[in-house]
Amino acid sequence: MSGVADRGYVPRALAFPALLGLCFLILPLVALIARVEWATFVADVTSPAALAALGLSFGTGIAATAICVVIGVPLALLIARSGPRLAAVLRAAVTVPLVLPPMVGGIALLYLFGRAGWLGGLGLSFTTPAVVLAQTFVALPFLVLAVEGAVRSTGVDFERTAAALGAGRWTILRRITLPLAAPGIVAGTVLCFARAIGEFGATALFAGNRPGVTQTMPLAIYTAFNGAGVTQGTAVALALLLLAAAVIVLMLVRGWRPGAVR
Amino acid sequence: MSGLQAHVVVDRSRFRVDVMIDAAAGETVAVMGPSGAGKSTLLSALAGLVSLDGGEITVAGRTVERVTAPRVSTAPMHRGVVLLGQDPRLFPHLSARENVAFGPRAAGTPAARARADADEWLERVGLGGLGARMPRELSGGEQQRVAIARALSASPRVVLLDEPLVALDPVTASSIRGMLRDQLAGTTTVAVTHDAGDAVALAERLFVIDAGAVVQTGPVREVLRAPASAFVASIADMNRMPGVAARGGWTDSDGHLLTSSDVASTALATADGTALAAVFRPSDARVVAGEGANTWKATVLRVEPTLSGSRIHTSAGAVDVGDTRDAWSSGDTVWLHVDLSRVRFVPLP
Repeated sequence: MSGVADRGYVPRALAFPALLGLCFLILPLVALIARVEWATFVADVTSPAALAALGLSFGTGIAATAICVVIGVPLALLIARSGPRLAAVLRAAVTVPLVLPPMVGGIALLYLFGRAGWLGGLGLSFTTPAVVLAQTFVALPFLVLAVEGAVRSTGVDFERTAAALGAGRWTILRRITLPLAAPGIVAGTVLCFARAIGEFGATALFAGNRPGVTQTMPLAIYTAFNGAGVTQGTAVALALLLLAAAVIVLMLVRGWRPGAVR
Repeated sequence: MSGLQAHVVVDRSRFRVDVMIDAAAGETVAVMGPSGAGKSTLLSALAGLVSLDGGEITVAGRTVERVTAPRVSTAPMHRGVVLLGQDPRLFPHLSARENVAFGPRAAGTPAARARADADEWLERVGLGGLGARMPRELSGGEQQRVAIARALSASPRVVLLDEPLVALDPVTASSIRGMLRDQLAGTTTVAVTHDAGDAVALAERLFVIDAGAVVQTGPVREVLRAPASAFVASIADMNRMPGVAARGGWTDSDGHLLTSSDVASTALATADGTALAAVFRPSDARVVAGEGANTWKATVLRVEPTLSGSRIHTSAGAVDVGDTRDAWSSGDTVWLHVDLSRVRFVPLP
């Protein structure tokens, strides 16, 4: 049933700016796809330089996502179960890397892990682990905020019920809290992975741009357009892969949200 | 000592709850009281969700919480106290069977046996064969049955009921009430309710709580028959008219005299001037033509339609009449009568 009243009473004239906004978002992507040279597409994405960037991006992206899950889910639980004031402070702290320009994040990481930084002795800067750290830094807030929202909205009533039935804290976590937060955890993980493989600014500053070591897909694309590294054709093909990955991620998130319109 | 002994003292922002309550092993006691009297606080304290500011709680012979030294504090998961509330609160991501098997599995029963036991429990609460259903696929009444099975399958030492039937329609509530009474036999239970019918059906003894303290206690029917407060009178559907003892009976400020054939009531009325309340059912009173024995004069306040006729609320008690409500209107003066075998006296505090 979809009667007239179901759609509300938004002025029809708003359709014009709405369509303008939609075009603004979609047209550049269409332009990108139009530039793909399909004849050489397979050769482009399987060139050694492209494969190196692709493999590095997915490897570091998966590693960063794994780290985010291991430290982000406990952090989300901590925030969700804190009092309102502490939770607000913690949430703000987690949100800062989200709103910070990634470049600034890269500089900050450099001052902590760089050769002259507090933890410079670890020798992490400009290595593959640095890529993972940079990605973790920018992607973690996505996971924490998504999981925290899910855990908080579930509340503690089910946990109390489980406790009254004799379940210990770990049992409650494993059988009640985490399963109930599963949609948030899946959505957060997927967003986190998408953000990680798209990471550019912090990686460029903190990990550098060494092909095969720290040059991920976004860096390879940027480098190609500056006239070095992979060809522009390869860059466009890689960009298309990133776009496709983003679309798949979005569909996964939608699919996992129970009751959502798919 | 087994069963439940509790002295619960909890400071609330506006008042202090200080309640002594006990239930013998296997006994069901009911707790009634006006909203905000401290009933929910009492249950939360017994369940371990609110910590005590004084007193102690003993469950099945084991002190689970004590404020004075040596202090004892037991987390909810180690008390063996299960709360059943209005909201069945089934775990939404688990099937009915897994919900019921949750407690035993948490206690270490192997999953296969816990599931088989869960199916038996579901059978016992009238849901045989529905084990695979998810909570959202069950009706409100079915969900409450699963919640009951889940609570009892955890082999609790004490079950707390917080009006578990109030959100259900009367037919469903009545069938679940019967099932609940059968299943709770032998389990120590504290049942909070607003419904005197529930109290009579489920419990042996009744605690009436008001403003954070127990104001009346005893076997359910005795408490309801001799309401010591206006609250109990109203839940028991009784008139309770304050007055004093005089001439072996009860009089109000207008000098009307009521006598009772009840021995205990007459004994109370021997000393003139003792504060007494006359209690009787509105259905036992009648409107009469004029003055006589055991009659009194009252002013009609309002006339209310009831299932079986009308109830006339007057300045001195209510009376049930047949469907003749048009015969009276507010402001009328009427003479009321109650037979001496139908009226009892209770002491006023």
